[in-house]
Amino acid sequence: MIAYLIRRILYAIPILIGVNLLTFSLFFVVNTADDMARMQLGMKRVTPEAIEKWKQQHGYDKPLLFNAHAEGARKISDTIFFQKSARMFAFDFGSSNDGRNVAREIQTRMMPSLAIALPTFLIGLLIYITFALLMTLFRATALDMLGVSLCVLLMSISGLFYIIGGQFVASKLWHWVPISGYAGGIDSIKFVLLPVLIGVMGSVGASSRWYRTIFLEEIGKDYVRTARAKGLSELRVLFRHVLKNAMIPILTGVVVVIPLLFMGSLLTESFFGIPGLGSYTIDAINAQDFGVVRAMVFLGSMLYIAGLVLTDISYTIVDPRVRLQ
Amino acid sequence: MKSDLSLNPLPSAPPEIGRGEFILNVDGLVTRLNNGARIVDDISFSIKQGETFALLGESGCGKSMTALSLMRLLPDGIRIASGDIKLDEEDILALPEYAMRKVRGGQMAMIFQEPGLSLNPVMTVGDQIAEALKLHQKLRGDEIRPRCVELLEQVGISDAFRRANEYPFQLSGGMKQRVMIAMALAGQPKLLIADEPTTALDVTIQAQVLKLLRDTQQKTGMALLLITHDLGVVAQMAHQVGVMYAGQIIEQAPREQLFARPAHPYTQKLFAALPDAGRSGQPLAAIPGNVPPLGASLAACRFAPRCDKAWALCHDQVPEWTQLENGQGVRCHLYTSQIGSDKLNLNVPLSPGSSTASGEVAGEEGSDSSLLQVENLQVHFPIHKGILKRTVGHVKAVDGVSMNIPAGRTLALVGESGCGKTTVGKALLQLITPTAGSVRFAGHELIGISARQLRKQRAGMQMIFQDPYASLNPKMRVAEILQEGMDALSIANNSDERQRRIDELLEQVGLEKASKWRYPHEFSGGQRQRIAIARVLAVNPNLLICDEPTSALDVSVQAQILNLLKSLQQQLGLSYLFISHNLAVVEYLAHEVYVMYLGRIVERGTVKEVLHAPKHPYTQALLSAVPRIDGQGMKTVRLAGETPSPSNPPQGCHFHTRCAHAMAECHKEYPGETIITATHRVHCYLAAE
Amino acid sequence: MKQAAHVSIPFYAQNERFSVLNVGVSNMPVILWTDAMIFLLLATILAAALWIRKRPHLVLPWHRVAKGSVGMVSLLLLSLFVLVGLLDTMHYRAALPEKSNGQTVYSAEVLSVFDALAKGIKSRSEKTYSAPLAAYLYAKESMETPDGKILRDYPRLRYGGVHLADPQRELLGDVLKRTVIGALEGLIIGVLLIAVSNMLFHFFIKLRTGRLSTVPEISKDNWIFTFTRAMKNRPFRALLITALLIAMLFGMTINLAAVYHVLGTDKVGQDVLYLALKSIRTGLVIGTVTTLVMLPFALLLGIAAGYLRGWVDDVIQYLYTVLSSIPSVLLIAAAVLMMQVYIEMHPEWFETSAARADLRLLFLCLILGVTSWTGLCRLLRGETLKLRELEYIQAAQAFGVSTSRILTRHIVPNVMHIVLIAVVMDFSSLVLAEAVLSYVGVGVDPSTMSFGTLINSARLEMGREPMVWWTLAAAFGFMLVLVLAANLFADAVRDAFDPRLNRTEAVA
Repeated sequence: MIAYLIRRILYAIPILIGVNLLTFSLFFVVNTADDMARMQLGMKRVTPEAIEKWKQQHGYDKPLLFNAHAEGARKISDTIFFQKSARMFAFDFGSSNDGRNVAREIQTRMMPSLAIALPTFLIGLLIYITFALLMTLFRATALDMLGVSLCVLLMSISGLFYIIGGQFVASKLWHWVPISGYAGGIDSIKFVLLPVLIGVMGSVGASSRWYRTIFLEEIGKDYVRTARAKGLSELRVLFRHVLKNAMIPILTGVVVVIPLLFMGSLLTESFFGIPGLGSYTIDAINAQDFGVVRAMVFLGSMLYIAGLVLTDISYTIVDPRVRLQ
Repeated sequence: MKSDLSLNPLPSAPPEIGRGEFILNVDGLVTRLNNGARIVDDISFSIKQGETFALLGESGCGKSMTALSLMRLLPDGIRIASGDIKLDEEDILALPEYAMRKVRGGQMAMIFQEPGLSLNPVMTVGDQIAEALKLHQKLRGDEIRPRCVELLEQVGISDAFRRANEYPFQLSGGMKQRVMIAMALAGQPKLLIADEPTTALDVTIQAQVLKLLRDTQQKTGMALLLITHDLGVVAQMAHQVGVMYAGQIIEQAPREQLFARPAHPYTQKLFAALPDAGRSGQPLAAIPGNVPPLGASLAACRFAPRCDKAWALCHDQVPEWTQLENGQGVRCHLYTSQIGSDKLNLNVPLSPGSSTASGEVAGEEGSDSSLLQVENLQVHFPIHKGILKRTVGHVKAVDGVSMNIPAGRTLALVGESGCGKTTVGKALLQLITPTAGSVRFAGHELIGISARQLRKQRAGMQMIFQDPYASLNPKMRVAEILQEGMDALSIANNSDERQRRIDELLEQVGLEKASKWRYPHEFSGGQRQRIAIARVLAVNPNLLICDEPTSALDVSVQAQILNLLKSLQQQLGLSYLFISHNLAVVEYLAHEVYVMYLGRIVERGTVKEVLHAPKHPYTQALLSAVPRIDGQGMKTVRLAGETPSPSNPPQGCHFHTRCAHAMAECHKEYPGETIITATHRVHCYLAAE
Repeated sequence: MKQAAHVSIPFYAQNERFSVLNVGVSNMPVILWTDAMIFLLLATILAAALWIRKRPHLVLPWHRVAKGSVGMVSLLLLSLFVLVGLLDTMHYRAALPEKSNGQTVYSAEVLSVFDALAKGIKSRSEKTYSAPLAAYLYAKESMETPDGKILRDYPRLRYGGVHLADPQRELLGDVLKRTVIGALEGLIIGVLLIAVSNMLFHFFIKLRTGRLSTVPEISKDNWIFTFTRAMKNRPFRALLITALLIAMLFGMTINLAAVYHVLGTDKVGQDVLYLALKSIRTGLVIGTVTTLVMLPFALLLGIAAGYLRGWVDDVIQYLYTVLSSIPSVLLIAAAVLMMQVYIEMHPEWFETSAARADLRLLFLCLILGVTSWTGLCRLLRGETLKLRELEYIQAAQAFGVSTSRILTRHIVPNVMHIVLIAVVMDFSSLVLAEAVLSYVGVGVDPSTMSFGTLINSARLEMGREPMVWWTLAAAFGFMLVLVLAANLFADAVRDAFDPRLNRTEAVA
């Protein structure tokens, strides 16, 4: 088992390198540094000098991969690839267009993101699984039909609608909670409430349906018949046998997103003015701040890969076949 | 015909237990699909305490649905429509669901066909048994574990304390079925329903499990409802037998009575369709046609379309249940009408045509010209382990097999699952690359030649697979399936010629010409196997490797396919490598037999030599484990334990771990070949002495 | 990349002329890149349909789809959307009246057949916001009364309800009257259309059976009988009722739209109904062209990895793990940003702004395709791994059938149901994704009308008092109907094609 885990962790390294190379070529090879500069400085009437200056300021004036003019190790290190891409492995994300340190910014913005994303995730999980279990319990009845129809309807509604509609109804008509904003500490609850609610609502349809499919798949298996033949009640069969086995496919889809919770949600955060990583990303996209976007892409992949490793670890907990072999 | 069967001494009867009162009474049970089709149609039977009642029938006849109806565990979309089930005077169908739960597992327990799938994979077996104990024995806390271990010991699991903490995947198939039995016994049921409990197991394991069931019944006095398709199992286990066909019980009798004089034409044919050595000269009495699909409803005798004794009455009236003497009952017009009794007195011979052993004689002469020569064939699969997945060892699936198949002969390769017999077949065809050895086909070495050279040899050697449902591409028409080989090997050049050849092939395997425009899903299992045979015949092979070609088929259909294979051999002079675990089929079809254990041939010789005078203890055990209806081989060896893993075979003779005669030298070195006759050779120190 | 973009210009067929709806002036047809993709897609679907028609086992699951009322009704709705989308796909540039040096000069604006059809509502632009079915503007303005006083009030609309003398009194009655008349007209036309098509169908069957004379009862009875027999079929009844309802809705809308803005107008006074209808094409393009882009990748790589195993499998697995480990929104955002820079740096490629916006749309589809093939690829790899162990594959190998032939004859046909299910399931999520991406600012060109841009433009209006709600309502409403129909249809397709759900039928 240990060997299995070590192997899975080692496998993450080449993937991370792959992601790094991919983002590097996307950001530095597709468009030339000159184009980027011109873009940043406004399209019209840009002097070559201004471009040069911009490139120097932002470290785009170096060669891409190999610096023939530098000495020794600097031949490699004094390049765009090393400075901008390779150093991300050491969590050095450089600075944004307005000169702030991206790494520090990420640090401070992680908590608000997590304050929204974590409760959304946990409450959502609870509600979706409960809903799905209920539908499974009443499978092939009118109740189940109703549940599934509701799910299809809910998943056909745009996520934007939940945000705009929820924000409008809750804050404007009922004056429950502030429309947007964020505060630290205990105050955060009233700011967090609405985004969490909307976040949960946003995927109740698709998620519940997914869990229901998993449960139905399990409930058709032979061991469930054995459990019933023992004289167990339907509820016990569902909780003790089906749920336990369904954990394996459920974890595959769920554990992977846990680290990504740090990244927050792009839409929710920008709508509600939460100073998290999601709104940071949106702002960077709108301001065409490529340094920040690049950092977020790399961070996101890193967290995703961490999620993959976590998934493998979680298998060893729920699946004895993985644990004992 | 009757005398023919009654001549055979019946197996020593299952122990007579103090059989008492009727414990289960089923009366007029009807189970329907939601669309109204009757799956179980008006079934009545009773079981006494301590008695074994066998429901015998082919796939799709409704026997499993009968069992699930008793448990009220029918799948969604199927329900009990009418009837009466009484367990110990309690009306099962009237019970509310919560009370029914007390009956399930408590009064009436059930074990299933696939022990591998029937246990919860993420719960320890101890916990799974404990669930039943808590529910029905009201045991709490500390009492549970010892009782669990006790139950596991009772079903013959050694080291039960440790096993209780293990998960199903850590147990072998036989042990899983034992755990299932332990779980069923946990509630001390009055009736145990066993639905094909040994079908998924090897013969030696099957013998162990059947013995366990018998012993347990003797100890506890419970009634046993045994559902099976295997006449041999019935002969060994049952007191009473009900024969099911298309949702109905068509004949019911005490076992001795049924085996001595089967009354229904279907039952008679079923006996006649069984292959064995006594019939090896002649074609089997196959039942034409197929088992009707589930829920097919007819206002006539359901067997009439396949029955050679049927007359007008059979086709338009459902026969009533007729009680004969000696507790035998039958649902057949032969016993109700005058025409019927006339027909009975005519005593129509069972096997069609007395085609004497002409083919056999021709085959017996044999030919020395060897078609396939295999020397020291080895197939090893690497085992990867550790962080870097390094190769730490090899599974020696095939470890030095040599064989020789002359033209026009059948060589049978016999062994239990996992012994490597299928791997041998695939390695001969180069579907799996052999690790070492030599395969010479018609004088050409096949190992190590280029893909192009290999293609030239491909037409000569072809394979028929086990599962007729997986061996035909569902997206291709029959004509396209047959044409594939011809295309790939450039046989028959223009399309006219090809179409003619396809027509010819279909006729040869007994299918209509029109079937070439149809898709595989429109055919039954037996018909699909015919298509698969036509597919390989299309390229005019000399050698067919048949990998358990009939093990997925019903007995009546199996006989059709065996007859076809036999007649093709006579017509075309084909050689067969017949891979099988079914010794009766081998005895019927083969000339020579090779017995395989853990990747090696342990004994080989002619059919007579190996199956009638086996020298290797494993062969002896294998033979004695097969439940037979003619009573042979009942007293000999029972094998303990299960086949070890081929990745780590035992030191010395591979078989010594399970051998009753193991000696000191058996532990040290693999025994060499001992020549008994010119054809009979064996690897055993016993024979060497 | 450069090359690809340059080719977009030759797509303008310079010499061909055709007239749109008898406008009288010859126009220049324009085939934009996405138009070409859609035509390609249509051709593929048509070819597939012809191929399937001749193969009963392939038709079988479609028969199962046709047996479900929900699936058929959603298909009807979807085809209406597709119809609008297709009309909006046939582009042209109108010829201008003036000529230079005897050569026809074409307008820089690329129009579509749909634009021509909806010319009425397209051209009737108000000054700014107006509510649905309103006769007055939504904002007060200073107006001079005939007696010279300056009055601040809601002015009358330029087009909406101008035929009314006193809207405050007459509006409600007029709207009701038009609604009822429109519904009736729609109903009558609908019934007529159904009757005519039923007669044609009857005639067709009669023609066929009359010639073959195998089904006597059809050739004998009249068309009413054909109809009543068809009505016994549940999906057909559901379809008929839906069709009549839609016909009534059409009648109402057309009647009202002639004199009102049915869904109001937006900030610059454009009719919202027109905008919403124009958005349909964008949604459809994103939902279908993306699939077209992704499919070859997923299919080829998936079955190659599964069948060939070994290093090929390792490389492909590595590739899709890397791609799928980048959160898709971020990858799309990064790629779209880079694409924007690239396009803006090469303005010389585009003759019209429509061509530019269109290329951006195509690139968005490409990017979405590249980021979304991994899921399907993984599925196909897994399925191929299972298939390659099946005995019919081994039988083919034993015949020495070549690898490419095994892949095309045995593997591909047996994974197609997975591909189809994935494609129809993906469609709706792509339509939804477009809205989110456009909202985030990494979606379609701001000048392209889409649900996303519509929502984005309307979002800020939510803050107004009283609120401007109709743009959002229209966008979300249209999107809901489209996505819901797509989801329901996808479910019907999945139920019909998933072998696990149809096991009983397969065995029997």
